[in-house]
Amino acid sequence: MSSDQDHLKETDTEARFEFKKEQKAAFVAEKGLTEETIRVISEDKDEPEWMLERRLRALKQYQKMPMPTDWPGQPDLSKVNVDEIVPYIRPDVEVRGGVDDWRDLPDDIKDTFDKLGIPEAEKNALSGVGAQYESEVVYQNMQERWEEKGVVFMNMDQAVQEHEDIVKEYFMTKCVPPSDNKFAALHGAIWSGGSFVYVPEDVTVEMPVQAYFRMNSEGMGQFEHTLIVAEKGSEVHYIEGCSAPKYSAFNLHSGGVEVFVGEDAHVQYSTVQNWSKNTYNLNTKRAIVEKGGRMEWISGSMGSKATMLYPASILKGRGASDNHITIAFAGEGQNIDTGAKVYHNAPETKSTIESKSISKDGGRTNYRGLVHIANGAKNSSTAVECDALMFDNESTSDTMPYMEINESTVDVAHEATVGKIGDEDIFYLQSRGLDDDDAKQMIVSGFIEPITEELPIEYAVELNRLVELEMEGSLG
Amino acid sequence: MATLEIKNLHARVAEEDGEQILRGVDLEVKSGEIHALMGPNGSGKSTTSKIIAGHPAYEVTDGEILLHLEDDDFGDLEIPDDARTWNLLELEPNERAALGIFLGFQYPAEIEGVTMTNFLRTALNAKIDEREELLFGEDDEEEEEEAGYDTSPMEGNVDDGEVGVAEFQKLLKEKMELLDMDEKFMQRYLNAGFSGGEKKQNEVLQAAILEPSIAVLDEIDSGLDIDRLQDVSKGINALRDEQGTGILQITHYQRILEYVEPDHVHIMLDGKVVKSGDASLASDLEDKGYDWVREEVYEAA
Repeated sequence: MSSDQDHLKETDTEARFEFKKEQKAAFVAEKGLTEETIRVISEDKDEPEWMLERRLRALKQYQKMPMPTDWPGQPDLSKVNVDEIVPYIRPDVEVRGGVDDWRDLPDDIKDTFDKLGIPEAEKNALSGVGAQYESEVVYQNMQERWEEKGVVFMNMDQAVQEHEDIVKEYFMTKCVPPSDNKFAALHGAIWSGGSFVYVPEDVTVEMPVQAYFRMNSEGMGQFEHTLIVAEKGSEVHYIEGCSAPKYSAFNLHSGGVEVFVGEDAHVQYSTVQNWSKNTYNLNTKRAIVEKGGRMEWISGSMGSKATMLYPASILKGRGASDNHITIAFAGEGQNIDTGAKVYHNAPETKSTIESKSISKDGGRTNYRGLVHIANGAKNSSTAVECDALMFDNESTSDTMPYMEINESTVDVAHEATVGKIGDEDIFYLQSRGLDDDDAKQMIVSGFIEPITEELPIEYAVELNRLVELEMEGSLG
Repeated sequence: MATLEIKNLHARVAEEDGEQILRGVDLEVKSGEIHALMGPNGSGKSTTSKIIAGHPAYEVTDGEILLHLEDDDFGDLEIPDDARTWNLLELEPNERAALGIFLGFQYPAEIEGVTMTNFLRTALNAKIDEREELLFGEDDEEEEEEAGYDTSPMEGNVDDGEVGVAEFQKLLKEKMELLDMDEKFMQRYLNAGFSGGEKKQNEVLQAAILEPSIAVLDEIDSGLDIDRLQDVSKGINALRDEQGTGILQITHYQRILEYVEPDHVHIMLDGKVVKSGDASLASDLEDKGYDWVREEVYEAA
């Protein structure tokens, strides 16, 4: 509605994600994963001894754990050969830890983020921006007024140096230990980059902070770590965006996200994932929510060959609450396996999960969720709603909403719908003047509307664009 | 003045061994006229309406549907000589809509998450674009690339199309007042959770916005209470009186014809129009029933 959004019209969304840049790097690790690789990475980052030890411990756990292969309907991971990927690429920039002015970046990297529209978005609607290219954050900036209030938004590697006490306490200890799953262990061994966000007591960061992750090189792995600590009564909205150009070799993204929501604090974590269709996207995201705190996970999963992502909230304190909104879109050859996990470990905790998925041209979406209500979590409530929309008979969608309820005084609601896009609905819209493509697009944008409504305007726009792009392949 | 001409229309359900439903329908509706199409269940009335609009569930086996256009049909728009007669059966449903065909559904679809405002403005602009393209062969590639939302999906794309948001809001408000519809409808999702009566009112509202040359209304009166029937009837009369729309009204009941007086009444039996007359035919039918028509028709044959 305002000229603020003019810049969004001027960029061609497709071109923004598809372009490639020639690979120029200062340091490229050997393919594969060995203790030697990890020592080299850690040394290159000049890390304290304890971090190296954590990495090596995670590596041992990774080597011991089996690949998950027996989940019903799960994506095929047999092609994920970690020995074939390059786990660490340090781009050729002068300032370690990221510059705070886009003009200080090499032209090719600056151009990448310009095309993605990040500097524009920063000017208009964000409190701070971090941008990661390959394995390292190359740009990091936050408005001064937040810095003055004690808010920290910096890249994770730098936080290891500058906020060692906090990081040592929270980094893959109580929230996502490497033992959680094979890819969390892998992540713990070779993580690099990502964001560290610290919001002091009673501070509300009014505009979102955003991190953007870009993989540019063929056959690489990106393993950024995000740690958010929101103290009592604070509030912050973190947005992450991801993309990569398409190559023939596969890329692996295995991020780790840990969020600590203090008493009466409120954290919203929004993701719009648009990895190229050769990327395996296997993440572990989890939040621990104290008394009266609120965690919101909003995820749009459009890209990747396979995604396995189940953001989790552990509602630890009385009256803590969770809200999950996820949307998944799977086209030809894609298996998007997403869901939500909530552990109600205290009385009067509340969760709502809303999931929408769209599959077309033989794509597959799964909703895989778990709600656990512990014995003693009295007067807790959960509501789960999963809707799936399929474009054709070749596409699949499965809903696996597991519930473990060990307490009797609780309120549990669950609804699921699976349907094919309705021919009568399409005809109705056509008879009013919309062509076949526009009619389908309108139905899909209406289907995901409850989700776009929750997003900041720029992201609602972006999400709708991406959905349109995804649909153009199959239509017309 | 536009003329919809249906000639010897034969059609069946578009599947293997699909039932033959229409067996030679002839009908002609001109702008500004009101026609009532009556007949017992299963006589082919609804099928006729859907085929006019281009429903894919039916296959036309013989006959044709033509639309003749004249200069005043699209306001000041001059219609090229070679674009004055259209064979509707060769056109997509949205192309038929663009040339001024409107179908009021007996059971309108419910589309969640799409507001009335967004839907109607998108439809209106799509119709205007498509019409230009059909009449003048203009293919506006640039606008195609701009597809997408630059505002909230609740509002639709602010710059997309001829009619902007502000102008459209004004138009919508006017038409809603005319139909005695509450303004809050604008922000509701298209037909979602509407009562039967509200849906029908909404069909008439859509016709009022899209300004068709010919509106086919399929049992617009079914499921209406008397107050709503009067509102809807007022709306239909306004379509004719103010926009010059030709109306083909399909109904089972005499009742609505008291409010929307037809110039012509047609009776369908077994997939054909078997009898046509003026408004008095409807009251004869009310008195004597379809058996009377059946006897007359088949005895004469």
